[in-house]
Amino acid sequence: MTAADDGGTTTLVVRVENKAGVLARVAGLFARRGFNIESLAVAPTDDERFSRLTIVVGVDAAPMEQVVKQLDKLVNVVDIQELNPSASVERELMMVTVRAEPEIRGQILDLVRIFQATVLNVGYDEIMVSLTGSPSRVDDFEGLLRPYGIVDVQRTGKVALPKLVKAAPDPLAP
Amino acid sequence: MNMNGGQALMKALENEGVDILFGLPGGAILPVYDPLIDSSIRHVLVRHEQGAGHMAEGYAHATGRPGVAMVTSGPAATNIVTPLCDAYMDSIPMVVVTGQVPYAAIGTDAFQECDTTGITMSVTKHNYLVTEAADIPQVIHDAFYIATTGRPGPVLVDIPKDIVDPNNPRSAMEWYTPDSHDLPGYLPNQAGDAELIRQAAKLICEAERPVLYTGGGILKSRGAEALLELAELTGIPVVTTLMNRGGFPDDHPQCLGMPGMHGNYTAVTAMQEADLLIALGARFDDRVTGKVGEFAPLAKIIHVDIDSAELGKVRRPDVAIQGDCRVVIEELVKALKEMGGSEAQPDRNQWRSRISGWQERFPLTYEQSKGDELLKPQYVLEQLRDSTPSDTIVASGVGQHQMWTSQYWKFNHPYTWVNSGGLGTMGFAIPAAIGAKAGRPDRMVWAVDGDGCFQMTAQELVTAATEGFPIKVALINNAYLGMVRQWQEMFYEERYSEVYLTRDVPDYKMWAEALGCVGLRVESPEEVGPAIAQANEINDQPVVVEFRCEAEENVFPMVPAGMSNSDVVVDPSQRDQPR
Repeated sequence: MTAADDGGTTTLVVRVENKAGVLARVAGLFARRGFNIESLAVAPTDDERFSRLTIVVGVDAAPMEQVVKQLDKLVNVVDIQELNPSASVERELMMVTVRAEPEIRGQILDLVRIFQATVLNVGYDEIMVSLTGSPSRVDDFEGLLRPYGIVDVQRTGKVALPKLVKAAPDPLAP
Repeated sequence: MNMNGGQALMKALENEGVDILFGLPGGAILPVYDPLIDSSIRHVLVRHEQGAGHMAEGYAHATGRPGVAMVTSGPAATNIVTPLCDAYMDSIPMVVVTGQVPYAAIGTDAFQECDTTGITMSVTKHNYLVTEAADIPQVIHDAFYIATTGRPGPVLVDIPKDIVDPNNPRSAMEWYTPDSHDLPGYLPNQAGDAELIRQAAKLICEAERPVLYTGGGILKSRGAEALLELAELTGIPVVTTLMNRGGFPDDHPQCLGMPGMHGNYTAVTAMQEADLLIALGARFDDRVTGKVGEFAPLAKIIHVDIDSAELGKVRRPDVAIQGDCRVVIEELVKALKEMGGSEAQPDRNQWRSRISGWQERFPLTYEQSKGDELLKPQYVLEQLRDSTPSDTIVASGVGQHQMWTSQYWKFNHPYTWVNSGGLGTMGFAIPAAIGAKAGRPDRMVWAVDGDGCFQMTAQELVTAATEGFPIKVALINNAYLGMVRQWQEMFYEERYSEVYLTRDVPDYKMWAEALGCVGLRVESPEEVGPAIAQANEINDQPVVVEFRCEAEENVFPMVPAGMSNSDVVVDPSQRDQPR
């Protein structure tokens, strides 16, 4: 049942009531039950009554079944999806400022082009770029920029949605 | 109807059927105490907010209805955190209303401000900070619904002063009676899965050495009658955990009594040797299982609980049924009857005779005091048990006296045992007994307390005396923090560290009298019976009977913490018996 990816993490997509203190309830539950949060993203949904939390949990930290059941007991938690990485699409946004003296700026821009990243801001000897992609692709990009000297980096933590059904329905089915 | 938030709060509580409120006023909750005067709800003025919380718990224990407490902000709110945590651990339905500083002042470190909802988040089933007067009727309606359904628990409602203060325009509102709940994340389910219930019935019909392991969920679900039917249909022996004492009659031939760290040998060993444990509303607490890896090693597990998070939390069940205990047991009885009822149960004579062998070799026992020795607490409890009505409600504190009471009392009626099981809150007995008496004024209520516990909450005897709750307190004075003393004797080479309380200070008889009670002191066995009889006759005042007891007496049997239940230490007089 437990969906573990190669990084030993599981992604929980938790729909919660959009009320004051809900994030504290979720975070407090993880803390007091000894579960570890790897990353956490919070965003409104198309229905203003609810927000969606995307929580990446280290699977070694706790039996995932307990994490899910304890979360589900919170009155403000509406539903929980446990996303298996192979059955979901995951994205993360990174913004990074990297050293880029004029003579090596071209090498950085090569990487930006290869990864289809976006230049956000350019300074005399630094450049700020952003990349949206799967967490592993964002890892690769960050790794390739590192030797040039990363000045600042911000990652959002991943968000995810389940993959869609590929097969068309059987026309003969009742 | 136009009203202010304070009036709406009182009306909302009345609409939920609240007849009694335990509380103590103060600055932030002041405006609510004015409409209280015109309300049908009786208010009991406590002497410490912790007392209000435990009284609400005692009331809920004894009646099954939610207990309600109301206190002010800041230190009052922090004082009621212990009862909230206690109620959370023992799944007691309770609603606590706290005052809060005016909404605009929240976060400014105002006088008597504290982050009540933040502090209590982890010790409540749910809590609310109400920001608008208009929300009060709905929040109170939801709070009672949450507290009393699913796995019961405490709910706290924090109310800023401005929304209940008639002098503040923010308190103005239009009354409405909520007719539904807007709780999309809270959908408690009662019915168990029919197929799983059938599987459970099948396992029961195959088991040669089954035990019904019954916990507090039996009492919470009003399931004692259903349990009796299941037990008698199948003939399976029953253990009743500390939270389910009274949920199955102790005088029933199938009752094995309490299991666990201080359970009796037969209850502990029957579970250890079982091939099937049918866990009903029990949570495999460490005090029951001992070393989890060696608990009931041969047993398959059927686990029924209203809280699905309990299923598999400690021990992986073979059949896990989420549902209300009573509802599931009733369905299980039906399924068993369809499979042939008692006819379909295998011959378990061998199992029964092993069990009765343990019962004969390892009964609860103690050595009676001789000559000038002080009283044995077990003797006191036996005398008390035998000279009170069988439906007497017994509340206890936490420690040796609690274990002896659970061991030696004969609980033959549900809702007669009020104690702090999960949190183990010393000082629980007196306020909880007051709450129980408030809920069941027709019953005799005895608190069994230790001298350590008594000193923590004795001031509530003033509440009992002035508000007219003639409870009786059996104070087991052994001059020590007895359970800690026992551990230091057994596990710290008799190096006694900070456990001696003194025998004579305070003077409990004089203290009881000063608190408005009758105070009695008993020092010899022949005085025990007459003193209890005298206490039983007094119905217009609380009574405290101090029983001067032997300090060295230990609670046995005992499974030392972290050890296997197979290594249960029995009374010294039984240690040569074959197991």
